[in-house]
Formats: sequence, structure tokens, C-alpha cells
Amino acid sequence: MVQLTVNGQTHDIEAEPDTPLLWVLREQIGLTGTKFGCGIAMCGACTVHIDGVATRSCVMPLSAIGAEQKIVTIEGLSPDGSHPVQKAWLALDVPQCGYCQTGMIMAVASLLVTNPTPSDDDINAEITNICRCGTYNRVRAAIHMAADGKAG
Amino acid sequence: MSIVQSVSRRNFIVGSGATVAGLSLGFHVPFLASASAQEAGANLPPEINAWVVVKPDDTIVIRIARSEMGQGTLTGLAQLVVEELEGDWSKVTTEYPPPGENLKRDRVWGSYSTGGSRGIRDSHDYVRKGGAAARHMLIAAAAEQWGVPAGECAAASSVITHGPSGRTLRFGEVAEAAGRQAPPAEVALKDPKDWKIAGKPLARLDTVEKLTGKQVYGADLKLPGMLNAAIKACPVFGGTLVSFDAAAIETMPGVKKVVKVDDRSVAVVADTWWRAKTALDALPITWDEGPNKDLSSDAIRAMLAEGLEAQEAFIGNSQGDAKAELARVAAAGGTVITATYAFPYQNHATMEPMNATALWTADRCEVWVPTQNGEASLAAAAEAAGLPVGQCEVYKIHLGGGFGRRGNFQDYVRQSVSIARQMPGIPVKLLWTREEDMLHGAYHPTTQAKLTGALDADGNLTALHLRISGQSILAAVRPQGMQGGMDPVVFQGLTASLPEGHLAYTVPNLLIDHAMRNPPVPPGFWRGVNLNQNAIYVECFIDELAHAAGTEPLAFRRKLMANHPKHLAVLEAAANGIGWDTPPAPGRHRGLGQIMGFGSYVAAAAEVSVEKGELKIHRIVAATDPGHVVNPAQVERQVEGSFVYGLSACLYGECTVAGGRMQEENFDTYEVLRMAEMPAVETIMLPSGGFWGGVGEPTIAVAAPAVLNALFAATGKRYRTLPLKNHELA
Repeated sequence: MVQLTVNGQTHDIEAEPDTPLLWVLREQIGLTGTKFGCGIAMCGACTVHIDGVATRSCVMPLSAIGAEQKIVTIEGLSPDGSHPVQKAWLALDVPQCGYCQTGMIMAVASLLVTNPTPSDDDINAEITNICRCGTYNRVRAAIHMAADGKAG
Repeated sequence: MSIVQSVSRRNFIVGSGATVAGLSLGFHVPFLASASAQEAGANLPPEINAWVVVKPDDTIVIRIARSEMGQGTLTGLAQLVVEELEGDWSKVTTEYPPPGENLKRDRVWGSYSTGGSRGIRDSHDYVRKGGAAARHMLIAAAAEQWGVPAGECAAASSVITHGPSGRTLRFGEVAEAAGRQAPPAEVALKDPKDWKIAGKPLARLDTVEKLTGKQVYGADLKLPGMLNAAIKACPVFGGTLVSFDAAAIETMPGVKKVVKVDDRSVAVVADTWWRAKTALDALPITWDEGPNKDLSSDAIRAMLAEGLEAQEAFIGNSQGDAKAELARVAAAGGTVITATYAFPYQNHATMEPMNATALWTADRCEVWVPTQNGEASLAAAAEAAGLPVGQCEVYKIHLGGGFGRRGNFQDYVRQSVSIARQMPGIPVKLLWTREEDMLHGAYHPTTQAKLTGALDADGNLTALHLRISGQSILAAVRPQGMQGGMDPVVFQGLTASLPEGHLAYTVPNLLIDHAMRNPPVPPGFWRGVNLNQNAIYVECFIDELAHAAGTEPLAFRRKLMANHPKHLAVLEAAANGIGWDTPPAPGRHRGLGQIMGFGSYVAAAAEVSVEKGELKIHRIVAATDPGHVVNPAQVERQVEGSFVYGLSACLYGECTVAGGRMQEENFDTYEVLRMAEMPAVETIMLPSGGFWGGVGEPTIAVAAPAVLNALFAATGKRYRTLPLKNHELA
């Protein structure tokens, strides 16, 4: 048994050490807001924060994470959807099918911590999550809105 | 949105808070098994009619038969109903009526099929009538309570007012009585120019839960006692399952059972999906690779190339005598140009891999599934369950992308029921890996096209022959739609006069024909379907002809489009939007494309640059005339998204065959458009009224031709074989 700290709570986890964090979150802890898209860290649907850093959880084995590390999932980003990125996403009605959007939001929330006013080039370089519905332009606009603090 | 549950399932799905966190369960249970109807009915708000439920607190529940997969139909259809209902939009929620209930009620909700950009255009009339009928019944109930003529009463924003006295009643106060009113025999619908809710850029009804992780997709579903399944089907098309060594993995953690699913598939059922997948990866499996084990992309290309020259072909559009005119001009030494294009296999690659959850017992089967067609899912479930359809039910869940993969094809439903049937009484969720999804697609078919055109001395197009060679979708998946051996869908956008989509150009001698060549790769309806490559073939070749004629491409098209003013209107709007009549900035180059499909007229103008072999798409202006616009904000999103889908195919999309199987198994080799490549998109809406066209698909088709024509302007070269990733651009 190992311990994980997720969204401020400590969880005792029974899983094989090579189990990806994604599946620990989804199947052991029941946090399904973090999505399975590709399993090889190519699409970003599984993005969570580990000590504040956006991380693709589908290739992060349980054994590589210490109990002291702080994991934050979409469910823990804010208690009520009030994180500035979530508010910008709501203001611009960004999602279509929505499946990639929680990972997209987590990637953006992490970016804005290290780079509070990203340029378009910064966004192009840092936000590489896949969206098949095609929300990219609204994602970009919402990033700028969140950075400007204009989402209320 | 609630996932409507049957009463028998109600206690079943209430699990621990953690495992069902955020799952909006069917607290309102509108559809009751007859045995329990009376017992449970007392607690339920009555429906006014099939489309509308109003609760005592004034909450309006609109029932939506079509599926929401991102395209916004859920919100648009609700707008149409509530417009006629005169309801308060802020009180609106939605739910999916289960398809089994539709059958029991003589298909009161009509078709559940959500494809072909038909969600709104096929059902706008009857859903509006549903809303209007409910309004009549609410007003009648209020008038009855007041003892006044209904004609003296009117509804607005969920309040009924008696004009002479000024008395009011809220919808919620009369909803129960309204449900007992006789429905009106006839209802008049509003003129769209009077719309207050429909036609407006309202926010989507399904956004909030998608921002917090609360939205439950099929892949996320968790039922108490549920087990999880991972599956492998023979990766070679047409191959079969010979054997597997279950004993080798049965002691691995969490494994419950190894099951043969069908003639080509084996699954591992475990407590968690990750353990099921891990055990499946370790399972020794013997396949019979079957007759296609040597099939390759080269062989398929050769098969199609032969069709380009074949004598026999199905004719989709013919005027005059194109072959004779082309021969005459060639013999006379006139201008005849020829070009050959090719479009490869594509995978839908929905972000949410295929999945379904099934619970089977000897007398009932239930399936929870993200589906574009709940009735098709129900039929597949009943067949796989070996039960009458009346003993089966499907609960629909929002889709993590559909794009045509989750409509006609219900393979994952059949598999999930087959697995559940071997685990009676236990719900089992089947979830595909991305690799399974890429290897077992319903692929956008591959075609090639040879185009030959003749120009007279004045640069007028006097003859055009478009020969398409390649795969028919209908022949494989809907043979009842074939017409005397011909697949009419092959000619999307190219026919003479069909309202679904006809050719804009009037050419005195025209022949568009199809040599059907069907490789043993399963084809499917991929968002935009055959319009995608047909628009590339026609619009890029028209650009080639304009260049050969020495005429500017918009002017060249305009001469041929005099009989098709709606096609021309969107083309000119896109051209004006990009500034076609003014020169682009140094280093920038422009291209145009237009087509009609799914009942709508669409066009795009692209502005690109090429530097050091790298294409950058800076800006696209798109114009669309869908007749009516129900939600302009959603139309904008569909148009923008169409460029992501169309340009992903243009730049990267290609599934290649070797050894009888697809080679691309994940997004590392099946690349798609990402943020960095996304151009700015401006959307111009030109709804001209009088018809209802679709929005979700047509614009995809003009993405590639506009960019390819701009790429020619930039490089002086034609890139006729997609995707562009296979070419050095210079």
C-alpha cells in the first residue's frame, strides 16, 4: 500500500506499482474528470498537476510519486468552478464535446502560474493538447481572458 | 442533463459518493415499467407531452432524441421547443428519452439518428410543434381554472396571463392540469423573424459540467459491482480468433474471466480496466490472419488507379457529351488538361475511445453508451443479447466525440453485450484502447480522381470529365441504399440538382462517374463523408483550369456559376472577407473553395505563406448559407471546428495498410492539427431562408481546397496526393 495526496486529501492506494497515475485517480480514487485519450502522453486529456507542474498522468507510474507530492486534478482546481481559467472557459463557452477540456484547463492553469501573460507563441509552444472538435481558437481567447483577469 | 434510468435501476446506480461523483442521476424517472408505474408515478411531475415536462418549481425539462457530441444540437433543439412553448429559458434543462421508450410509444420522438448534419434540419418542424402544442395545453389549463376563453390568454416567459383581468399563473402551477388537456389538432408555428430564443447566440446548456470534471462520459461510468473489460480483435482485416491461453493470465491481479467475444475478438474482464488491459497485453493469442494478410496501401493504390481508366463506371452527373468534346478538342490541338488526385483512409479518432457498459440477465439487457443513434444501439444490444427488443433498453450518455463513428456502427455495443452475457447479472464496462480504436475504425474511404477539362480559345470550360475511383461506403454498410448497383453518396456535392448538394458549375459537356473499387478495409461515414474529397477534386481542378485559362480563379468560377446564385453568394462573401480584390501582404498567398453539401452552401478563402518548406495558414474566412440559423454562436463553433477536422486530414491524416492491417495505432503516428497550426477563422453567416441545411459537416470540405489553392499560389506547384506531410513544400 502507498499513499497519495490528491486535492488535499490523503488516500491509501492498493495498486501495482507500475499502474499509471491516471488509472489510480480514475479507478481507485474515483476522480473521472481526468480523461483517458491515448495512453502514450500524446493528447493531454489526462493532464493533472504534480506539485504545480502540468503532468500527463497516463504514463506516470504510481511508483514514481511520493506521498509528499501534491497532486491536483480538475476536481480540485477550485471548489466550485471559480478558478480564473474555468471562469474564462465559461464566459467564452469554450467546450464542444468537452472530453479534452479538463486536461486543456489543467494545462493552461499550470502555464499561467509560470507565465501569467503568455503570448500566442508561448501558447502554441506550451498548449499541445489535442481537441478533435476544434475549440483551439476559443481556447486561445480564453487563455488571454484568464491572463487578463477579465472573466469576472 | 440526466441519464434517465428505469425504476428497476434506480437503487442500482446510487453508489458511494466517490465512485459516482458528479453523475447526474435520473431523479426524474419519466418512463416506467408498467408494473411499477403506479407506485412510482405519484412522485413524478407529469409530462405535458412527449417533448415537455414542467415541474411545480417551473423547471422545464425538454426531451431531446438526438445525441449531443459537441455539435450543440442539444441546445439548438431546446431553443426551438422553448421558443414555441414561450418558456423561460433560464429554467430549461434537458434529458434523453431512452430509445426503448420511443419504440413503446410508436416512435413519438422520431429518429434518434444524429449524423449527416441532420440533428436540427430533420426535426425542427416536429419539435417546434411539440413546444407549440404544450403551450396550447398550458394555456387551456389556465383558462379552464379561471373559467375564461383560452383565446383571452397568452403565454410569455413561462407565465400565462389572462388579458382582460391581468391575472397570471406560472407554468408550474398548471402543468399537471395541462397534461390532462387534449392536445390541439393543429398548431401554427412562428415565423422565424419573430423568434426571441431560437436564432439567438445563447450559451450552451452543457458547458458547466464540462469545466469541472463532473460531466460523466461513457468511459467514466461506474455502476456498483461493475467489472471492466479490455478487448483485442484480430488486427488484420477479415482475420479471426483461433485460440488464447487463458490459464497464462488468470492469476494476474484482478482478473475475473477471459472471454471469447465473437469470431475475431477476445476480452479480459477484471476488477479495474487497467488490470484488464495489462492482463490482455500478456495473453497469448493465436490469430488466423485470413485472406487479407498481404494487403498493402500500394496494392490498394494500384486497384484504384486501374479504376481511373476503366470502361465501366456509374454515372452520377452527365450533360452533353464530355468524352466526345474532350476528344475533339484534343484532336484539334486545343487546350486539354488532366490531373489525378488521391485522398487516403482517415480514422475518426474521437477523443473518447469506443466504449459501452452492459448488464445482461436471462430476461433483460441494459446498455449505457455514448451513441449517435440510440435506436441503432438498442437494435444491436437486442441482437447480441438474444432477447426481444422490448426486454432491452439503452441509456444514452453525452459523447466524447462522434464524427460518424458512433452512429451506423455499433460494434462496441455488440461486444459489450457479448461480454456481459458471459457475466450474467454483473455490469461490465468495455473500453477500447486508442490502439484498438485506430486498428478497428470505420475508415473514411480512399478514392482517387482523374479530371480532364477542355478550354476553348477564350478560356471557357467546354468539357469536364471527373472520374472517381474507389470505395463505396453504402456497398459495405447500407446496401439497401444502393441504386442499381450505384452508390449515390459517392457523388455528394456533384449531382445536377439534388437539394442535399449539387454542383455549382454549368458545363456544356459534363461527365462525373464512379468506378467502384472496394478494398477489404471497412469504410464508414466520417464527418463530411464524400463531400470532403469531392470538394478537393472539383475545387482544386477548377483552380487548375483557371490558371490554364489565364483567368483569375474567382472570375473563372463566376462565369460558370451564373445558374447557381446561392453558391456564388457564399463564395463572394468569403472572397470579400479575405480581401480578394486587394493584394495580400508580401509573402502571403490566397486560395478559394466552395461546395454545397448537407443542404447548405459553404465557401472558404485561405491566406497562407510558405517559408523554408513550412506551410503556415494565417487566416481563413468562411461563409455559410444553411437557410436558417438556430444558434449563431454554435454555427460559428461548428465552422471553426470544421477547419480543425478538414485541415487535420489535409496536413496529416492518413491510415496506411501493410500486412493487412492499419499501421497507425496512436496519435504519435496519426497526427492531428494542434493549437500552433490553427489559423484564425472568421465566420460569415448568410441564412437566406426557405430551406434548412446542416452545419456540422459541410464546411470541412472547403478547408483543404482553399488551402491547397493558396499553396499553389505560394509555390506554383500542385499537391494532389494528400496528406501534405508526405510532400516537401517549396
